[in-house]
Formats: sequence, structure tokens, C-alpha cells
Amino acid sequence: MKTVTNRMKMTIAGYSNNESLARMCVAAFAAQLDPTVEEISDIKAAVSEAVTNCIVHGYRDTIGDIDITLRILDGDTLYIKISDKGTGIEDIEQAMQPMFTTCPEGERAGLGFAVMESFTDTLRVHSRPGKGTAVTMTKVLRRRG
Amino acid sequence: MAVEIRYENNTMTAVISGELDHHAAAEIRMTIDGELGRCSPETLTFDMSGVTFMDSSGVGLVLGRLRTVQQWNGKVRISDPSPRAEKILKLSGLNALIVRSSAGKKAKK
Repeated sequence: MKTVTNRMKMTIAGYSNNESLARMCVAAFAAQLDPTVEEISDIKAAVSEAVTNCIVHGYRDTIGDIDITLRILDGDTLYIKISDKGTGIEDIEQAMQPMFTTCPEGERAGLGFAVMESFTDTLRVHSRPGKGTAVTMTKVLRRRG
Repeated sequence: MAVEIRYENNTMTAVISGELDHHAAAEIRMTIDGELGRCSPETLTFDMSGVTFMDSSGVGLVLGRLRTVQQWNGKVRISDPSPRAEKILKLSGLNALIVRSSAGKKAKK
């Protein structure tokens, strides 16, 4: 069991102009682990994908709350949980296939999970149709110096 | 304004700067589509040298425009992507559309 050495929670409204706010807040929280510029950019991209999924797929035509839980585990790992109480995903395996999208008219490339997966160390998706979706990611930010 | 449109011969260039996420892409898309509807260029070039942040919304933006210009057999190019843009483009396979302009090479020196 990993020790939580710091934590933070925030809730944002699912407006698309909050996407940049969400990734900036996560980047600010992650800064305590002294990440590289590259690592920070990767984290921002992964967060952006998860939050965009909540807005575009979770809530579609409504504006709902997006909960973001951040933790530092064992002093070297960033834990990010991003969840909505929206429509949920029927088939998670299919949703995670690169280029699969339920929303081509919204100009989604179907790459959200691919970006999250490649830019973080672990990715877990929990979803219940009609209840919502939670994405949990971790990334080890090894101390340098 | 996060996008600036330029014309040269039969090429329309959309110079995108700043952060390219889902929110920004919606506005940029409207501007580009308005221009495309007017002029149907042979080539649409996305200048991504000034993109400081990009997620998969940038890929969606390019793919959507690619579909449009293919209606008149037009081409899409992505010129001088910043390292962040290039990282996402590589993941999507769209890096085949990347071109390096002489201006971009000069800027890197």
C-alpha cells in the first residue's frame, strides 16, 4: 500500500474553457515533484484528454461537474483521478481502441485513451452506463540530482 | 486570435499559435471552414510551429479538414510542428503530412 504524502481535490464545471484550467492546476500540483518540462507537458496532455472526454462524452449536451483528485504517492508518484457523473461507457475495451470514437461529428480523433496511456505509467478506467466514468492515472516522477 | 489565415498561390496556410485543445479547436475550425468554403485551395497547410500545447483535438482538427479538402482532391500539409505538436502527431500517424519549410529551418538555427 502506497503512502499518500500530499493530496488535493477540485471540482470544475464541464465547460470547455475549463480544460486549460484543469491541466494548469494539475501541473501546479505536480511541480512539487520537480518534473522535467517534458514530463509536465505529458501530464497536461493526459489530463486534457480525460477532462475533454468528460465534457464531450460524459455530459454531451449538458454541463456537469468534473471531479479531480490528486495525490502524491510515496513521495515520487503522481496519482490523478478524473471522474464525471455522466453517461458512462458501455464497452470500455472498445472505447480504448485507438481511433474508435462515438462522436465523429464532434471531430474527435478517437485518440484520447491512447494519449493518456502513452503519456502516463498506469491507466485504469471504471465506468457504469448511466452513472459515470472515472479515469485513474499514475506517473512516477523520479527525483533527480 | 489563435489562428491566422494566409494565402500564397493555391495554398491556404492556417498559422496556429498557443494552446490547441478541444476548446481552441472549435473556434479554429470555424475560421478555417469559413475560408475553405470560399476558396477551395489545392493545398491546406497547418503551420504548427507556434503551438505550445496540443492534445488529440489537434489531430481531430486536421482529420476533419482533410476530409473536406479531399472533396476537391486537395492536399493537407502540417508545417514545422513544435515538439509538443509533433509528439501527438506521431502517435496518430499524421506525421506523414509533416513538411519542413525553409523558414522553419531558419528559425531553428
